[in-house]
Amino acid sequence: MELFTNQVLAGIATGAIYACMALAVVMIYQAIDHLNFAQGEMAMFSTFISWQLMQWGVSYWFAFLITLAFSFVAGIAIERILFKPLVKAPVLTNVAGFIALFAIINSSAGLIWDFTIKQYPTPFGSAPFLGSQLISTHQAGMIGVTVALLLALYFFFQYTRIGLAMRAAASVPESARLVGINTSWMIALGWGMATAIGSIAGMLIAPVVFLEPNMMGGVLIYGFAAAVLGGLSSPFGAVVGGFLVGVFENLAGTYIPGVGNELKLPIALALIISVLVVKPAGLFGRHIVKRV
Amino acid sequence: MSAAEEVVAEGHEAVEAVPKRAMTLGTGTSLVVLAALLIVPVFVKNFIIFQMTMVLIYGLAVLALNILTGGSGQFSLGQSAFYAVGAYTSAVLMEHANVNYALTIPISAAICFGFGYLFGKPALRLSGIYLALATFALATAMPQLLKLNFLEHWTGGVQGLVVTKPDAPFGLPMSQDMWLYYFTLAVTGAIYIFSVNLLRSRSGRAFMAIRDNEIAASSMGVNVALYKTLAFGVSAGITGVAGSLGAIAVQFVAPDSYTITLAISLFLGMVVGGVGWLPGSFVGAAFIIFVPNMAESISKGLSGAVFGVLLFLVIYLVPHGARQVAILGQQLVGKLKRN
Repeated sequence: MELFTNQVLAGIATGAIYACMALAVVMIYQAIDHLNFAQGEMAMFSTFISWQLMQWGVSYWFAFLITLAFSFVAGIAIERILFKPLVKAPVLTNVAGFIALFAIINSSAGLIWDFTIKQYPTPFGSAPFLGSQLISTHQAGMIGVTVALLLALYFFFQYTRIGLAMRAAASVPESARLVGINTSWMIALGWGMATAIGSIAGMLIAPVVFLEPNMMGGVLIYGFAAAVLGGLSSPFGAVVGGFLVGVFENLAGTYIPGVGNELKLPIALALIISVLVVKPAGLFGRHIVKRV
Repeated sequence: MSAAEEVVAEGHEAVEAVPKRAMTLGTGTSLVVLAALLIVPVFVKNFIIFQMTMVLIYGLAVLALNILTGGSGQFSLGQSAFYAVGAYTSAVLMEHANVNYALTIPISAAICFGFGYLFGKPALRLSGIYLALATFALATAMPQLLKLNFLEHWTGGVQGLVVTKPDAPFGLPMSQDMWLYYFTLAVTGAIYIFSVNLLRSRSGRAFMAIRDNEIAASSMGVNVALYKTLAFGVSAGITGVAGSLGAIAVQFVAPDSYTITLAISLFLGMVVGGVGWLPGSFVGAAFIIFVPNMAESISKGLSGAVFGVLLFLVIYLVPHGARQVAILGQQLVGKLKRN
């Protein structure tokens, strides 16, 4: 029983990473209706920027804020320059664009900062949290930040005019345009916010997985899985999905014989798919009804 | 959120509708291309022949994805798994059971068809992004499954298996590479003709009806479940043949050759070639084989970035892939004729 509790706790701790990433994934999915394959790489690049600032002697929180602002602007710029021309192109062409962006960012980061693994500081310290060996203060802080972010997003989307406009632009673009919402800029804003949230995720994850150009590969996959499990239309679902995937993964690694680190990912994905087969729109997603 | 049921009107389909006549090349053009493919190897070096063989093989794999996505509207990131099963079927049969290489190809087609058909069953419940995730899971699981201990006697574990390259039969005076090229060309040609006819048949029309509107298709009497799984089976079968040919051409199979990267390349090949345009598959295959090498030769450190920029250029210029180029060419020829 103790083993079980410990594994669940450890799962929640890693789940916080996935939850962060899943939030960013859902944000962009809400804005543009696609999964952005380059999201992890964008987060990685932002994290490198903050690392570089700290190398130059900027304090952690100041670097954090600059990176946040940079990511927001960069996200908008990427949308305006690279993806706006593709608005009318087929969906699959857009996906190819994401893959191209992935290759460009990954390779540039490798050239600028090379592929060696770097330490990344944490503002929360890494002592055991409340006497538990399994969750460090950093991981507890990460869970706290994720929850705070979720609340902030909830209030933004529910109670601000611009949040409402973004929701309208995402769900019924035509009608939104008719009531005077600039849907094209709402998409750009969505990109900016998603990139900023991604950069927070990156900066929180970096102390755990260490900083290097390929740090996001695994995390993004789990983030996608978490977002899909929770339902792509629900930020709350994404966070719950993130924690569930973390716990799933740890329990599968502990209790199913023959599952080493290698098979953890496929097993976690298989579980998620079994859930999806029963609930095709994810746990908290809206059910979409199609009209002929 | 029961009140928030969304209603999606038509016209927002993930895969655009391509009419079936627009899916292939005319007879004249096809014959010219075939003649070129037959003659060129006589004049070039063995290495180039090998690369041409690889273009045909990847072209087959992209063609298979095209039937699934462009034909039936289902998206798959798991093609590398079917490719791996085909490759391993051939390698294991050739090296452990001494089966003739040519005989292993129908066997792996059958095995992969079964595998794809069965995988298509649970995938029926999923569509769009969810299906992408499911197939993605398959692609990430496959290399790990091939490394499992109890299969090691057959698969060779992480080390993989070395495959013997076949000689030209009947004492034909050609190199191994050249023979393999003509062999691949024959298989590819047969499968291409099969695919074109498949898409023109009743089943092909059923695929396209499902792609364009699933609900309408089912109310017209199309057995949606049957044809969706059938599309998965056919696609997996063809990918399996490509995998077999690939194993024979490369003379080596190992779990790490068949990762998600392969599936993503095949997907890019489909987009560059034009989704739903079968001849484009081979253009796309050439893109995914030659462009990364080209990027590497432009800049070693930044090869990924160069590849990304080239890919962006292609999708800006021709968002509909090589199909768009073909259509433009056709219109140009039409204009010249009229003048």
